[in-house]
Amino acid sequence: MTLADAQPQALDFECETGNYHTFCPISCVAWLYQKIEDSFFLVIGTKTCGYFLQNAMGVMIFAEPRYAMAELEEGDISAKLNDYEELKRLCMQIKRDRNPSVIVWIGTCTTEIIKMDLEGLAPRLESEIDIPIVVARANGLDYAFTQGEDTVLAAMAHRCPKGSAVVEESEKQERGNAITSLLNFGKKKEEVVAEESEYHDHAPLVMFGSLPDPVVTQLTLELKKQGIKVNGWLPAKRFTELPVIDEGYYVAGVNPFLSRTATTLMRRRKCKLIGAPFPIGPDGTRAWIEKICSVLDVEPKGLEEREAKIWANLEDYLEIIRGKSVFFMGDNLLEVSLARFLIRCGMTCPEIGIPYMDKRYQGAELKFLEQTCIDMGVPMPKIVEKPDNYNQVQRIYEHDVDLVITGMAHANPLEARGINTKWSVEFTFAQIHGFTNARDILELVTRPLRRNNSLKDLGWDKLVKEEAKV
Amino acid sequence: MKLAYWMYAGPAHIGTLRVASSFKNVHGIMHAPLGDDYFNVMRSMLERERNFTPVTASVVDRHVLARGSQEKVVDNITRKDEEENPDLIVLTPTCTSSILQEDLENFVERASLSTQGDVLLADVNHYRVNELQAADRTLDQIVQFYIQKARKNGDLLEEKTAKPSVNIIGVSTLGFHNQHDCTELKRLMADLGIEVNEVIPEGASVHNLKRLPQAWFNLIPYREIGHMSAHYLEKEFGMPFVDITPMGVVETARCIRKIQEVLNAQGADVNYEEYIENQTLHVSQAAWFSRSIDCQNLTGKKAVVYGDNTHAAAMTKILAREMGIHVVWAGTYCKYDQEWFRKEVSEYCDEVLINEDHGAIGDAIARVEPSAIFGTQMERHVGKRLNIPCGVIAAPIHIQDFPIGYKPFLGYEGTNQVADLVYNSFTLGMEDHLLEIFGGHDTKEVITKGISADSDLGWSADGQAELNKIPGFVRGKVKRNTEKFARERNITEITAEVLYAAKEAVGA
Ligand code: SF4
Repeated sequence: MTLADAQPQALDFECETGNYHTFCPISCVAWLYQKIEDSFFLVIGTKTCGYFLQNAMGVMIFAEPRYAMAELEEGDISAKLNDYEELKRLCMQIKRDRNPSVIVWIGTCTTEIIKMDLEGLAPRLESEIDIPIVVARANGLDYAFTQGEDTVLAAMAHRCPKGSAVVEESEKQERGNAITSLLNFGKKKEEVVAEESEYHDHAPLVMFGSLPDPVVTQLTLELKKQGIKVNGWLPAKRFTELPVIDEGYYVAGVNPFLSRTATTLMRRRKCKLIGAPFPIGPDGTRAWIEKICSVLDVEPKGLEEREAKIWANLEDYLEIIRGKSVFFMGDNLLEVSLARFLIRCGMTCPEIGIPYMDKRYQGAELKFLEQTCIDMGVPMPKIVEKPDNYNQVQRIYEHDVDLVITGMAHANPLEARGINTKWSVEFTFAQIHGFTNARDILELVTRPLRRNNSLKDLGWDKLVKEEAKV
Repeated sequence: MKLAYWMYAGPAHIGTLRVASSFKNVHGIMHAPLGDDYFNVMRSMLERERNFTPVTASVVDRHVLARGSQEKVVDNITRKDEEENPDLIVLTPTCTSSILQEDLENFVERASLSTQGDVLLADVNHYRVNELQAADRTLDQIVQFYIQKARKNGDLLEEKTAKPSVNIIGVSTLGFHNQHDCTELKRLMADLGIEVNEVIPEGASVHNLKRLPQAWFNLIPYREIGHMSAHYLEKEFGMPFVDITPMGVVETARCIRKIQEVLNAQGADVNYEEYIENQTLHVSQAAWFSRSIDCQNLTGKKAVVYGDNTHAAAMTKILAREMGIHVVWAGTYCKYDQEWFRKEVSEYCDEVLINEDHGAIGDAIARVEPSAIFGTQMERHVGKRLNIPCGVIAAPIHIQDFPIGYKPFLGYEGTNQVADLVYNSFTLGMEDHLLEIFGGHDTKEVITKGISADSDLGWSADGQAELNKIPGFVRGKVKRNTEKFARERNITEITAEVLYAAKEAVGA
């Protein structure tokens, strides 16, 4: 597909071989143990899992992280050892050394294959050692990278208290206080009462998706400006502060990879899902807020100006990327939202690779992508689910793409062939949500272009001999 | 089940892939779930590799669990064969395939019926061997395969080269400073008038393996990778091998003398004594360094050493024998080969530590309070916390351990590099000394983050003030020694007097 082609009427979906590089979903422990401060993540797997985590977490591993491997040995595989006793021994040790408020068991490929019944063992052990045990099967057989968070949050959704339970507890002045003070950013009671009146009278709303605390604050305040009150976040800073979720609550996702969590909240907790584009980029943020407003029957105000102001601030970056093309190889499920934002920035996008596409959960985002392509007068991207990296590299050569967003396995080899790349994993760790962080996304996207701009007269863009070409 | 936070040696498939992807035009296909191709990231990042890492996965997913992976594996092998025409495809099992117990051998046979290149199944079991053992085995397996193939085809080259020649065996990708070591070894061989017949596996073509028997001998620079191949070649062709790691001045000389012996036994009539003397006295600076007053200041200082067998053993000998440093303990994570390690280092250190648990290693460091640590990245971080400098001498390593500049650990240039490393690690010998004499200039707040140091004692203002005058790099140690002194005497508050009393009593 080139720019000259006629614009297709709808998005084109394809599915390839699934031979692509991505992180194992157990990597979610790296950011979730930091987010949930009183948690401990126990990954029940092999040396392979441990080696991956140790290397992928980089220097974090030296900071005594609240995670560990329960490394399975031959005796565990052949069922010579008793799973329950073994897990009990390790969890007791964790309790003694770290005293967490929750232990999250991450099931891996091996526990799947040997059919270790983690869900069955957990409740027994939980009552024996008196620490909640949450089981998430975040393995490489079923999921890719960020979907790991989805499995953990879906499991946590079951642990969110019901309103009735909290009323009882708040009489004991425990959880209630924690929640009130969290939601009100530590303000005093009188101020809180005064503040309540600033909110519209709408049905309770809970957000889901793990974001760094500053971003949580930013998005919460953004909604507050519209008079919308966020009753809680899944996950909260501490496991003991998981939000109340009652039947009939509204829930909204902040990330595109949370489809299981969404399903769990709808089916098991009887919540109503607000299907909106995701708050990535100023366009996405505005659409996200507008959708929430419309569902809660609130008239949004000042959003257009707010968005325009953010765009105006981005102009120096937009100049660099306007008219350039971007290719997503696909590995973290943020691809559609990022592509939509970059198309709005003036880029073209021949292909969006993505590990897994939930057309229902991402429905609003996909529509928004279509609309954006029409508005900007550019061809619709081809969305390639379960991509094949080898074929993609051939297509990248064909399209002569200006920027490839890809994993670290391909970045250096592509750079050596004169192709600009941005390492995709950075988008999952950087702050990219909300109006405030739009600049950060573009900072990442333009970095290779700016860097290579300053090197461009040196004649060093192709650093492999021709025959070495794949 | 074992609670583990950190591991020193990786899983078996990493070893196989390191060897396979070191060869030219050999492709590794992992039988693994999505996400296990992390090897590619490491190679691309750590080695800043310009080419695509020749490793792909034949993905094991739900579908495969239900129906078996035969079709998929066979397809993936034949597809790779067409796309990239590799000489050899190595099917690499992982922890997952170890428990699925599919007949991978059979898939390989089926696939090789329709491939141009050869196909092998790496004979490694996740639960039995680690990265290093697997690398050794895979190399041996490939060597044997091509020797036998050549024999069958009648094109095995057994006649020795006219001039003395060597195969260098065991240089591989993601090996600690292997690329630089390889260059240094080639230089050394050139100096000695020895032709390099083949270097394997790094950069080698499998077609050349049939030429291995032409060399006069094999050089195995690293303890961990290459021994199996060397033994095989010795058994098949009577090829002698030299497995003395030429790291450090004394060991390099020993290695060269052994080479001399091996060559002369085959009628070469070489004498390297003059070369050794000239290199030792004039080319390598290490011998001179050990005489210089810098090194004098290191005399009797305490160090601990930890790493793989090769580097920890060599380093221990260098420190103790060539620099007069007191190695309190030397340790290795190569448990499976511990006898060798004990034998190598026993006479050069007070204690030998065989342990794969980084917590135990950290505690052993905290207990000993050495002036410097020589270990892996993990020990470097322990050192950071305890305020003890650390020189990194072995994997696991980070990107900064893949320097662009020339930094071999082996050969005569290697001795210079090691001397620098040691000297810089000991907080700049002379400077340390002068700081101690003049009371130091470091007034940073003292932060004790001792791993096993529990501080339940109070420090008076004047005690704290005195403590702050002590140079930063020894302050933690002084603090802990003083507290130990106080605790033994039931002193609850540490004043300046107590501090000095402790110093006199225990030499804190
Ligand atoms: S893919 Fe499976 S075996 Fe590999 S690291 Fe992930 S959970 Fe472990």
